[in-house]
Amino acid sequence: MRQGLDREGGWQRLHPLSPLTRIGRLAPVIVLSFLLTFVHSNGQQGPLYYPVGVTAASVVFGFVHWLVTRWKIEGDTLRIETGLIRHDSKRLPLARIQAVDLVRPLLARLLGVSELRIRLAGSGASDGRLAYLSESTALEVRERLLRAPVAPGPGAGGQVAAEPAPSLSSGAPVPEHLMALVPSGRLIGSIAFSGLTLLLLAIAVALLVLAVTAPKTAAAVVGFLAVYIFSFAGGLWRRLANEFHFEAVEAPEGVRVRRGLLQTVSETIPYGRIQAVRKIEPLLWRPMGWCRLEVDIAGGGRTTQRGEGSGVVRKALLPVGSARDTWHLIDRLIGGTLPVMTPPPAQARKKAPLSYHFLSAGYDKDRAVCVTGRMRKVTTWVPLEKSQSIRRVQGPVQRRLGLATVHIDAAGKATRAEFRDRTVAEADDLVEQLSDLSRAARQHRAMSLAERSSDVGAPIPSGWYPDPSGRHQQRYWREAVWTEHVSDGGATALDAL
Amino acid sequence: MRRAELALATVIMAFAVGLIFGAALGALACGISVLVVIVAGALSAWFVRNRFRAWRYQERHEDLIVARGVMVRRLSVVPYGRMQFVEVTAGPIERLFKLSTVRLHTAAAASDARIPGLEREESARLRDRLTELGESRAAGM
Repeated sequence: MRQGLDREGGWQRLHPLSPLTRIGRLAPVIVLSFLLTFVHSNGQQGPLYYPVGVTAASVVFGFVHWLVTRWKIEGDTLRIETGLIRHDSKRLPLARIQAVDLVRPLLARLLGVSELRIRLAGSGASDGRLAYLSESTALEVRERLLRAPVAPGPGAGGQVAAEPAPSLSSGAPVPEHLMALVPSGRLIGSIAFSGLTLLLLAIAVALLVLAVTAPKTAAAVVGFLAVYIFSFAGGLWRRLANEFHFEAVEAPEGVRVRRGLLQTVSETIPYGRIQAVRKIEPLLWRPMGWCRLEVDIAGGGRTTQRGEGSGVVRKALLPVGSARDTWHLIDRLIGGTLPVMTPPPAQARKKAPLSYHFLSAGYDKDRAVCVTGRMRKVTTWVPLEKSQSIRRVQGPVQRRLGLATVHIDAAGKATRAEFRDRTVAEADDLVEQLSDLSRAARQHRAMSLAERSSDVGAPIPSGWYPDPSGRHQQRYWREAVWTEHVSDGGATALDAL
Repeated sequence: MRRAELALATVIMAFAVGLIFGAALGALACGISVLVVIVAGALSAWFVRNRFRAWRYQERHEDLIVARGVMVRRLSVVPYGRMQFVEVTAGPIERLFKLSTVRLHTAAAASDARIPGLEREESARLRDRLTELGESRAAGM
């Protein structure tokens, strides 16, 4: 397989078991059609044309799909061709690949295959999918795709990193630094202490009481509420299944998240594309000191209408974490030290008597941080270099009290930090300060981009390059800086430059 | 422009309401209802006038400032470099008065930089200038 990967011009097929795995997706439909036939024939062995037909059709379809799908890595593009009737040929330039997710549904896990989902910068429409590849091939292709095309090494006078990272040629997975994991007990606990569960419990108790006092009404109410109960329970189950075995590890190109009970997903969140970080502490979790960490990243999955918050997705980075784990992650993502946080002036209490308690905000030269909410305390970090616009909004009540709110908008639908209910003078000052600081932050970033591209005329892509310090064979270069990730003969380690 | 829309709506409303009440309750009811509608129209015309007077914009060296609102006062600072595209629209009534609306889009859905009721030459100038500045200072996401 590996020789095939590196051979130029060689088309590859998906794993021979992929048609079978694809059927796994249709399993509910097939089971249902069998059941329906069974029910219709009143328990007797009725004609099975329909279910057998469905199964046969899906097998044939899956096989044909497998037959006509092929892919190869050609120079610095990945090409995928598929389709019997409607031919579909995709070229994905490796340099534009933003993230590669590894998805394994239950059946795929049993058969030892996995699906690769490739997301490009800019659009969400032209995403590539390779379903399915054998485990080892999938890992290898991911490494290959994430390792940007071999280019002159940064810094060291255009020195060329000719050989691929030794860890890749040896085929061993790159060891990663574990940042946080969610024990099953805590996840179950967090779901048990969520609003949805309480609602379900309340319904159950109410129904029990009703069943004792007036059984007939209870039956009617159950019938009425059944749909809601099922959908709520389904939501809880999805959360459990999606966030089970949650693990965040530090990979050189970002934070890699692995999760899933039946279907496992492994996705990478690159540092450079984080628009905002959000820490959420619901009331019920506070006694345990738990919190949830979410990030908004650019260039993800679905695209929305043009201009209206282009392609930003919200992802859980830690569905439920201890305070220590959360701070560790925040520290890696955006810098752990909080700027000086100030509460709004006392007259704001008149406007927001309930939420005043936690309300505070602060900024330094890199980011703005704000805390909002009473029942559900939310702390938001927005890097100033990502700010898209700064707004000052003043409602009629605020005007009477001499207050105003300042928003710092990042890309996305509702991605922002807000300095809520500040005095008018402070708000005016904030608008000026924050626009100046974000301009400075942007210029700083643009300059560091220009600096590293001045040698070769184009930004140097992230990847493994010869270590400039000479202590190790290779060191990871991310966007504009050398990281502390080093590699010697296939083993990676951490060593600050 | 909005006022023209409003005046038109008021006249139509007054006519319709007068007709209905006149037929149902007689001439007095007809007169009162027409008066009410006209007063309401005049009031909203006054609101619209204030709203448009409060709408201002300023082109600074690095960013565009748009301020608007009477009840809820909003002020947006949008750096030229963050601009994704400029949209110029002109509805049928706007076209009648040779006006158009310029709108600045950024990657954030919330940044709200819309300038309505610009004269045609001004909107064209603004569009070209914003595009030019956006290109020279492009920073994307």
